[in-house]
Amino acid sequence: MSQTSTAHACETCPIHHAGNLIRMGIKIDNCDFVIALAGNPNTGKSTVFNALTGLRQHTGNWPGKTVTRAEGGFIYNKHRYKIVDLPGTYSLLSTSNDEEIARDFLLFGRPDVTVVVADATRLERNLNLILQVLEITDRAVVCLNLMDEARRHGLQVDERRLSKELGVPVIPTVARRNQGIDELLRAIDEVATGSYRCRPRRIQGESPALRKALNLLVRKLRALHPELPNARWVALRLLEGDQRIIDALRSGELGELHGEQPAASVASVG
Amino acid sequence: MANKMTFSHKAAVEDIITTANRFRWELGENLHDSVMDAIYQDAAGIARRVVTVSGEKPRFDWERTLDRLLTSRVTGFPIMLLLLAVVFWLTIAGANVPSSMLATLLVDTLHPALKGLAANMGMPWWLDGLLIDGMYLAMAWVVSVMLPPMAIFFPLFTLLEDFGYLPRVAFNLDHLFRKAGAHGKQALSMSMGYGCNAAGVIATRIIDSPRERLIAIITNNFALCNGRWPTQILIASLFIGALVPPALAGIVSAAAVVGVTLLGVALTFGISWVLSRTLLKGEPSTFSLELPPYRPPRILQTLYTSLIDRTIFVLWRAVVFALPSGAVIWLVSNIHVGEASIAQHVIQFLDPFGLIIGLNGVILLAYIIAIPANEIVIPTILMLTVMSLGMHDMGAGTGVLFELSEQSAYMAIFGAAGWTTLTGICLMLFSLIHNPCSTTLFTIYKETGSVKWTAVSALLPVVLGLVVCFLVAQVWRMVG
Repeated sequence: MSQTSTAHACETCPIHHAGNLIRMGIKIDNCDFVIALAGNPNTGKSTVFNALTGLRQHTGNWPGKTVTRAEGGFIYNKHRYKIVDLPGTYSLLSTSNDEEIARDFLLFGRPDVTVVVADATRLERNLNLILQVLEITDRAVVCLNLMDEARRHGLQVDERRLSKELGVPVIPTVARRNQGIDELLRAIDEVATGSYRCRPRRIQGESPALRKALNLLVRKLRALHPELPNARWVALRLLEGDQRIIDALRSGELGELHGEQPAASVASVG
Repeated sequence: MANKMTFSHKAAVEDIITTANRFRWELGENLHDSVMDAIYQDAAGIARRVVTVSGEKPRFDWERTLDRLLTSRVTGFPIMLLLLAVVFWLTIAGANVPSSMLATLLVDTLHPALKGLAANMGMPWWLDGLLIDGMYLAMAWVVSVMLPPMAIFFPLFTLLEDFGYLPRVAFNLDHLFRKAGAHGKQALSMSMGYGCNAAGVIATRIIDSPRERLIAIITNNFALCNGRWPTQILIASLFIGALVPPALAGIVSAAAVVGVTLLGVALTFGISWVLSRTLLKGEPSTFSLELPPYRPPRILQTLYTSLIDRTIFVLWRAVVFALPSGAVIWLVSNIHVGEASIAQHVIQFLDPFGLIIGLNGVILLAYIIAIPANEIVIPTILMLTVMSLGMHDMGAGTGVLFELSEQSAYMAIFGAAGWTTLTGICLMLFSLIHNPCSTTLFTIYKETGSVKWTAVSALLPVVLGLVVCFLVAQVWRMVG
């Protein structure tokens, strides 16, 4: 009896879960959830990736180091996770090669959670990407990395306020020293299982003419694909004449149910 | 999914696309900019609300001071050269001892042991020769010559990388590359090429524009790789160092190697310039390169990852390519057609042409045989020279790669074969300017997916090298 209650108490304690991390390296079959790791170049995505998977992906202090997609796995809280390290990008709206890899994976790979690794010392510029990611996906966690450097520069980031502004969890970390990784894992798990419901901020301040066009297109898209999680973003891309998105709409690639793993399109990305 | 789509579904899709197209005309061209603008403003607003700056800035901002030093027009280049020299010096000096230890183990001890084992097993002479004298020795050579310098060079390089120095190099070289019509990030792939050109070619993935990436791939070969350092150092100390009094020999031969390295950098710029105006026309694309903060490197992790990711990876590919070439060396020196071996026939055939360009038939044949791996050039040259002179007491047997420990022994062989200072200089030049090794060519093919560009990458430098050697030889003979 006492044993059961101890076990019960343990399971509700976060530390129990942190100890529950099993790093799976490259064993990524039969995963329950897919996580994408996005972020600006040189914010420590690969370091976070290594901390989570126990892999030793080469990390380097220069932007653009990760040129291909790296994948790894871990088990946390009895869920098997596959995590994909995407190339660092400043934006998802232009057309360079690595931006396309990152964007296509977020769009067609449909990760269950997108972790955006942000540099706490350069928050404003990192927010540009975060806001774009939040347009595409509604399940995201912001990993506010390099907190030690921010403190050294005398910067304080109000992560609760930031979380409220963005509508997704914000976890301060120092991935190089493994600080905050437990909290990050818990947030990922909560978002993946749906116990934390994200209400992502969507870009505001567009012109009235644009808003009108967007609203009309979103209505039409929703009528076609009620499950589309990012209709507004797709509408915006259509307005800009993005051929990749137009093709995806025509082929039905965009319309597949959210949450389903479209294996073929995952394989074709990157 | 696609084939299950109904007709009305398709019509709805087309309706959405036409609507979008119509709105696009109405909204005008600056839609993209206005969206970006909205994002930037939103981001700025959020950042303003959540970030507070407190405390005074540290009185001495060492990062900024360091950046000023490392990227200044005055001190940037000297520091870069100095760091390059220090890394090379550590590599050359540090690799000597482990290299000769490995050679003693693999060549002097294990090779006779294997021979004895083969003899006991009653292995036929040709099989034993092909496997042990050919393939095993080629592999042993590649491992003992390549592993120690790589195990020193790659971690040093990775430490500089972790510290954040590489983007500063790219920053310093950016305007030169831009003038050459190439991408500033080519500085990064070029630096990787000093370790291994195959790794350098892979590193060009950081360049987005296909045109500029091809330029970076084709010119990566002008960054002297690990396999070519031993050739440069040996020949410089034998032929250039010998020209000056012994006290100065070390410095002068080191300077000769640095000179060849800088010539390689000059060729990188020159050929990039030519390519961007001929085969690969276009404007250099702009890019933003962030100078990341300096971070104290994590020594142990760096050692581990650079050993696993780079050293072992590159070494393995070199070994794979060295095995067949070892077999070829043994075969061409042991299969006889008429009176002489195939090797002797080819050497005699190539000799007149080789002499015109300041080299000789042996060197040319060695470069053909050593296409798989540059590190076996010197042993192949020695073996072929000894064989063609009939100096059988010098080597270990026909078609056997061997190592000489005394410089005087090298000189005895080269002297007997009629080598001059000109031969030494031309060999150093040709070692810098010739086709990439087959590992690199294979990587180029995999990265570009194009036979044409792989052929250009192979032929351009080899033709250039022949021309340069020819001109140097003519001028040398006119003056001398």
